Amino acid sequence: MKKTILMFFLFSASLLFSQDIFFEAVDNPNDDGTAIQLRWDASNISSTKMIIERKDDGGEAKLVQKIDKAEGEYMDGEDIKPGIEYVYSFSAWDENDQLIQKVESAVFAQAQWFNSEKISLLILALIITVAILYYIYHAKIGKELYIRKIAGLESIDESVGRATEMGRPILFIPGILDLDDMQTIAGLTILGKVALKAAEYDAEIIVPVCRSMVLSTAKEVVKEAYLKAGRPDAYNPDSVFYLTDDQFGYVAGVDGIIMREKPAANFLMGAFYAESLILAETGFASGAIQTAGTAMPSQLPFFVVACDYTLIGEELFAASAYLSKEPNQLGSLKGQDLGKALFVILLTIGIVLEISGVHFLKDFLMVY
Amino acid sequence: MKRKIPLLITFLVGVIIIISEFIPHKPFGQITGELENWYLIIAGFAIILGQLSLFKVNLFKIKHRQKNWQFFIITLLSFILMVSIGIFWGTENHPGIFGNGETISNTIGTKPFDYLFDNVYQNLQATMFSLLAFFIASAAYRAFIARTLESSLLLVAAILVMLGNTSLGSALTGWLPESLSFLHLPRISEFIMKYPTTAGQRAIMIGAAFGIIGSSLRIILGIERSYLGGE
Repeated sequence: MKKTILMFFLFSASLLFSQDIFFEAVDNPNDDGTAIQLRWDASNISSTKMIIERKDDGGEAKLVQKIDKAEGEYMDGEDIKPGIEYVYSFSAWDENDQLIQKVESAVFAQAQWFNSEKISLLILALIITVAILYYIYHAKIGKELYIRKIAGLESIDESVGRATEMGRPILFIPGILDLDDMQTIAGLTILGKVALKAAEYDAEIIVPVCRSMVLSTAKEVVKEAYLKAGRPDAYNPDSVFYLTDDQFGYVAGVDGIIMREKPAANFLMGAFYAESLILAETGFASGAIQTAGTAMPSQLPFFVVACDYTLIGEELFAASAYLSKEPNQLGSLKGQDLGKALFVILLTIGIVLEISGVHFLKDFLMVY
Repeated sequence: MKRKIPLLITFLVGVIIIISEFIPHKPFGQITGELENWYLIIAGFAIILGQLSLFKVNLFKIKHRQKNWQFFIITLLSFILMVSIGIFWGTENHPGIFGNGETISNTIGTKPFDYLFDNVYQNLQATMFSLLAFFIASAAYRAFIARTLESSLLLVAAILVMLGNTSLGSALTGWLPESLSFLHLPRISEFIMKYPTTAGQRAIMIGAAFGIIGSSLRIILGIERSYLGGE
């Protein structure tokens, strides 16, 4: 009996060690249980045909992938459901179409409750959020916060005043992207402040938009500004209007408005692409005082050249808080500054570590 | 109540989206995609609002014979024409209510909608885009006037980058020996674009990212409400 058992173990071990193909199927980590990772190494055998098949919960085998590389990886994400057992098989044939070897690997797909690859993102987000909330609280209890002057925002009064004195309209362009872009929302919050000033000074405001969703929001923002200024009668619903969704069609429309209406003040606040310089240069040619703001790094040089004031990146997002002067909002700006300081420190440490050949910080912060 | 409900919806949706970034498990993993689909549906309906606004504003200007009112007739006619032929004879792969308009297609070589799109719309678009070249020249002329130290540096950097990207740049410095290859204009140009420019752009992007985080938190927490039309 002992001999039989020993023989059985020796036979099993010899089978195990004689496997020339390495093949494994493992659950794809940090996902919602809809993918399986497959890895193989068949470089020890000479095969002309290799395939991977899959049996779903004891069902029929179906082809997953034909393999042309002896070593590699494949992510199977087709009809994978969490909690079901999948049996994958890797088969290799020789030139005479004889099966050399078939290796099987069973796996359960599992959905994870936390994406561990994003731990660094979570930590940084928490630090920044806590810093912002701390400074909001700080401002709420009445502590004074210093916020540096932003020339572009200080000039809003000047621009609206100039338009009023000249009897010409104010043109506000909230970018060319839709409401799902934060720059557009930032632009619309500035529109509220500009419209309020325009209502107070009794200046005309024109807001051509290129997205229907932005149209309804901008209308509401301008209307509320006129209500707040106590001048609902002065609000013209047609002052906010839709032109077209098309990028250059919109540019043609706005350029036409600039040349015909000759606005005294132009505000370009939001997301812009290639149209930025066409709009800004036309505004410059018309002699308008121009304030632009965007977080598009490639368009900023154009605005800096063609406009009188430019809000660079974060200044666009800070505008609403800056103009409101509310302690709550100013506190959040201070929190952002702390976040930036932290980033500068991290970057400096990261540079030093990378130069020294230590990569753990880069690896930790990397989100795949 | 009119304010509180939108603020509550904003808070809940904002928190759920942040959470779903870190939780791949159902239902969180799918929520962002679902909400994006909702957004697309709402945006689809909002297109009607945009078109109504276009009609209303242009008709008003035509009716009251406002300055340059003739232009607005062209806008409306163009709009009606494109919509009509699109509905009647369809677009490239989709038939319209009158089929594919074979007779017209045989005469002009393609469907009427596509004909106008390729021969009118795209040319107009290219015309607007090509204006950019002239505007870049006029803007560069103003930017490159050496008034201050900064603008002088900008001028020098711009000349190096421009020369480095032309065959003249290679010709001017091509004779330099290999030991002085770092002085080759294409290399200097590449260096300026790769390091100082990229560093500056990334600094702006990092600042903007913090701005987005701050703005998002203000909106989610209901501190920033001006996007709802009020303080």
